[in-house]
Amino acid sequence: MTGQRIADSALRGMRRGERTNRRALIFDILMYGAIALALVSLLALIIQTVVKGAPDLSLQFFLNFPSRINPANSGAQSAIVGTLYLMLLTAVFVIPVGIATALYLEEYADKTRWWNRMIEVNIQNLAAVPSVVYGILGLAFIVRGPLGLGPVLLAGGLTLGLLVLPVVIIVARESIRAVPPSIREGALALGATKWQMVSRQVLPGARAGMVTGIILSLSRAIGETAPLLVIGAASSPRFNPSGLGDAFTALPIQIFSWTQDPNPVFVNQAATASIVLLGILLAMNGVAIVMRNRYEQRW
Amino acid sequence: MVLGVSLTACGGSSSSGGGNLSGSIRVDGSSTVFPLAQAAAESFNQDQGGVKIAVGESGTGGGFQKFCAGETDISDASREISPEEVAACKKAGITYQQVQVANDGIAVVANPALGVDCLTTDQLKQIWNKGSQINSLSQLDPKFSTTKLSLFGPGTDSGTFDFFTEKINGEKGVTRESYQASEDDNQLVTGVEGDKGGFGYFGYSYAEAAGSKLTIVGVDSGKGCIKPTVATVQDGTYAPLARPLFMYVNEKSMAKPQVAAFLTSAVDNAISIAGTAKLVPMTDAQLATAKTQLATAEKNAK
Repeated sequence: MTGQRIADSALRGMRRGERTNRRALIFDILMYGAIALALVSLLALIIQTVVKGAPDLSLQFFLNFPSRINPANSGAQSAIVGTLYLMLLTAVFVIPVGIATALYLEEYADKTRWWNRMIEVNIQNLAAVPSVVYGILGLAFIVRGPLGLGPVLLAGGLTLGLLVLPVVIIVARESIRAVPPSIREGALALGATKWQMVSRQVLPGARAGMVTGIILSLSRAIGETAPLLVIGAASSPRFNPSGLGDAFTALPIQIFSWTQDPNPVFVNQAATASIVLLGILLAMNGVAIVMRNRYEQRW
Repeated sequence: MVLGVSLTACGGSSSSGGGNLSGSIRVDGSSTVFPLAQAAAESFNQDQGGVKIAVGESGTGGGFQKFCAGETDISDASREISPEEVAACKKAGITYQQVQVANDGIAVVANPALGVDCLTTDQLKQIWNKGSQINSLSQLDPKFSTTKLSLFGPGTDSGTFDFFTEKINGEKGVTRESYQASEDDNQLVTGVEGDKGGFGYFGYSYAEAAGSKLTIVGVDSGKGCIKPTVATVQDGTYAPLARPLFMYVNEKSMAKPQVAAFLTSAVDNAISIAGTAKLVPMTDAQLATAKTQLATAEKNAK
C-alpha cells in the first residue's frame, strides 16, 4: 500500500520532472534563439555596412568635403570635425554640471526636503525622455526664445549636453554611493572638513565609475540624429565650423542626408560614414574600459 | 561677374580660398531643391571660398517657417508660397522675392511586370483617393493586370506628396492610407522594383535614375497620354504633374553682398546645376524671367 503510494508519487514526480525538463529545454531554446537573432541581425548590419562602405574608406574621405558636383571625391570632413567639436562642447558642459549635481544630491542635499526629492524624481524621469523632445527644447529655448543663439554649434552642444545630463548625474550618483561610508567617516574622524572629505576621498574613489559613465554618455550624444535635425543642423556643408556661432553638421546628420539621396554613390558614402562613426564609438568605449580598469578601486 | 571671377583666378589666389567675399548664407527648405542648392553652393565656393553656405533640407513648409521667422536668407520651395505663409512673413515684416531655378516632374511608376503603359488622371485618382478600394489595376479596366498592387508613395512631409495629392485627388493631403510611405525615395524605388505589383509615385529624377528597372507610366489628363520627359516637364504639357522649383530670397538678405552674389551665380548657372542635381533645367524663356526676378530682388534690397 505504502509502497504503491511511494511508487505513484515517484512516477508523478518523474512526470513533473519530465515536464519541467521539457519546459527548461524550450526556455533554453528560446533564450539562445533570442541571443542568436540579436547577434545575427547585428552582424548582418555590420557586414552590409562594411561591404558597402569600405571601398570608399580612404584618407580622402576624411579630408574632403561632401561634393554634389564631384560625388566620387566626396568626403565627410565637416561632419567628422563637427562631431568632435560637439563631443568636446557636450563634455565641457556636462562634466562639471553633472558631477556637481550628483555631489550635491548625494553628499549635501537634505533628503527629507520635498524639493530635493522632487529634483531626484525629475532627473530619473528626464533620463527616459525621448531625444527628439530635447531637440524641441533646444529649438524653443536655445536656438530661438530666451537664448536665441540660432542653429549654431554652441546650440548643438548645449542641446546634446541637456540630453545626456540626467544620465551623467545618475551614473555619477551611483559611483559616489559605491564609496563606502566608512571612508567618509574615517576622513571626518581624522579631522577633515566636509569639502576635504568629498574632494580627497569621495571624488577619487568614484572616479572610475564617473569616467566610464561620462564617456558612454558622450558616445550616446554623438550618435544622436533627431535633436540635431530639429534644432536645424546644416546638411553637407563644405566648411568646418570656425567658432561657436557657426553653422555645423555631425556624422549622423551627414549619414541621414546621404541615405536620402537618389545618387547611389552617396548611399555608399553613408555606409562609409557609418563605419567612421562606429569606429569613433568603439574607440570611446575602449577608452572607457581602459579608464575603468586603471582607476577601479576595491574597498 | 564671370569676368571678375576669372580675373581673381588669374590673380593667383589659391583654388579654395579665392574671391573677396566672406560671411555666411543660410538656405533651407525643400528636399527636392536641396541637391540644386547644394550644387549651387559648391560651384559658388569654387570662386568664393570665403563664404560659408549652410544648406538645410527641412521641407518646403519647414523652410518657409524658418524663412518667415527671419532665420534663413533663402528658402528652397517646390511650390509657391501659401497664403498662410505669406501672412506669416508679412506679420514678421519680411519681404521676399520669388526666383525660379528649375523644373521638376512627378513620375508615376510601376513594376514592369504590371505591364501598364498609361493611366488617366481619373484612374490615378481612383487608385490614390481617400478610401480607395482598388487593389489591382483590373478593377480600373479589365484589360489591365489582375496582380495585387503594392502601393508606394512619399511621406506626408514631402512637397511631392502635397503636390501629387492636390493635383490628382483634388485636395492637398487627401490620400488613401493603405500604402507604404517613406521620405526616402530610394526606399520607394526599391519597393516598386522588388514587388511584382509595385506601383507608386515620386520625383522624376529618381524614376529616371532607376532606368529600366521601373516602368514610367504615362499620364492622360484629357489630351492624350503623355510621358514625363525633360521637354514635357519644362513646358508643362506633362500635366498636371510637372512643376517649377523656386528659391525665395529675403530682400533684406539681398543687401548682403554674399547673398546677392550667390543667388546671381545660382541663376546664371541654373541650367548646368539642374543637370548636376538631377532636376529638369529651365527653358531659355524661364531663365530670362528668373533673371528679371533676380533684378527686382536686387532693386528692392534694403
